[in-house]
Amino acid sequence: MASYRTPLSRARGLGAAGHGVGTWLGERVGGIALVPLCLWGVFAAMRLAAHDYAYAVQWVAQPVNATLLVLLFAVSFWHMHDGLRVVVEDYIHKTLSKAGLLLLNLFVCGLAGALSILSILKVAFSGGVS
Amino acid sequence: MAQFVLPKNSRIGKGRHFPAPAGAGKVKTFKVYRWDPETDENPRWDTYDVDVDACGPMVLDVLIHIKSTVDPTLAFRRSCREGVCGSCAMNIGGRNTLACTQGWEEVPGKDCQIGPLPASQVIKDLIPDLTLFYAQYASIKPWLQTETPEPQKEWKQSPEDREKLDGLYECILCACCSTSCPSYWWNQDKYLGPAALLHAYRWIIDSRDEATGDRLDDLEDPFKLYRCHTIMNCAQVCPKGLNPAKAISEVKKMLADRMT
Repeated sequence: MASYRTPLSRARGLGAAGHGVGTWLGERVGGIALVPLCLWGVFAAMRLAAHDYAYAVQWVAQPVNATLLVLLFAVSFWHMHDGLRVVVEDYIHKTLSKAGLLLLNLFVCGLAGALSILSILKVAFSGGVS
Repeated sequence: MAQFVLPKNSRIGKGRHFPAPAGAGKVKTFKVYRWDPETDENPRWDTYDVDVDACGPMVLDVLIHIKSTVDPTLAFRRSCREGVCGSCAMNIGGRNTLACTQGWEEVPGKDCQIGPLPASQVIKDLIPDLTLFYAQYASIKPWLQTETPEPQKEWKQSPEDREKLDGLYECILCACCSTSCPSYWWNQDKYLGPAALLHAYRWIIDSRDEATGDRLDDLEDPFKLYRCHTIMNCAQVCPKGLNPAKAISEVKKMLADRMT
């Protein structure tokens, strides 16, 4: 079907959404936060690998470790959501597929993030007693 | 889904071969994209063995030589032949640039491949349709906007403020940058592209302009501005040596400044 919209009308589209700066800042803040958190995470994983389960539970139950673990997982899944969202927005153009994948991304990252944080809190608060 | 494969009627076939004339001196092969809207044929690569001793040093010289002496059906845009008008922007040796300032000897590889600017509708041969590109430029309102009554003589600007426009005002709108940008390839219907955004910044930082906030409002959008992922192809290919990616990041910084 021929379109009689003027080029300027096509270029203007639906206008500016009036947001984007928050997401842009969030991506950068998340990225910066992940640098020390990931370094600490790798260091912690190496340390835990050398000990048994009981030690690991006791280690997670320490407030500083539990807090940093919660932050590591929360920021990781938040950052992962932001990154995958950009990929979907860049490459997927059909409205339904795009909306579906954006929702899937949100739900998977939200669920995985919530599950990991709750698991850490459970160990932290119960000291490993189930 | 972004198109990663050309549609059937856009796939490029092998075209005709034009051998060098008898008694030619130094010969170089130029592979040129050809498509004629008046036929039903697919695009093709025509190859021209050109006697480069008989033409000038630039790719545009070769194209003019081909059109004048070998194949008058070849279509391309050209005007100033000195890198000022931006008409002869095309993809030469896999890189967007101006045919008039690109020496054919500097193109890497044995043969020199010449095609239209990528990710653009082709009108004919090496001529892309830049209607949307120009409309995107118009959409950023590339003129001085003021509410203060116009002064009798002129809007004054300090030399320091004028200096801020260097590296921006030189843009000739050749479209090399925008059509080399992957974000623009996939989302040119929503993303304004490096050229329009460079010009937007040029007016945002103009000390005489009174619509800075409105201009920033018009850009604050996940697609119009934030599709720029700082890939830097724009700065790599700009034939005027400008850096649209830097201008775009300055706009992003101004928007962040405004919020925090």
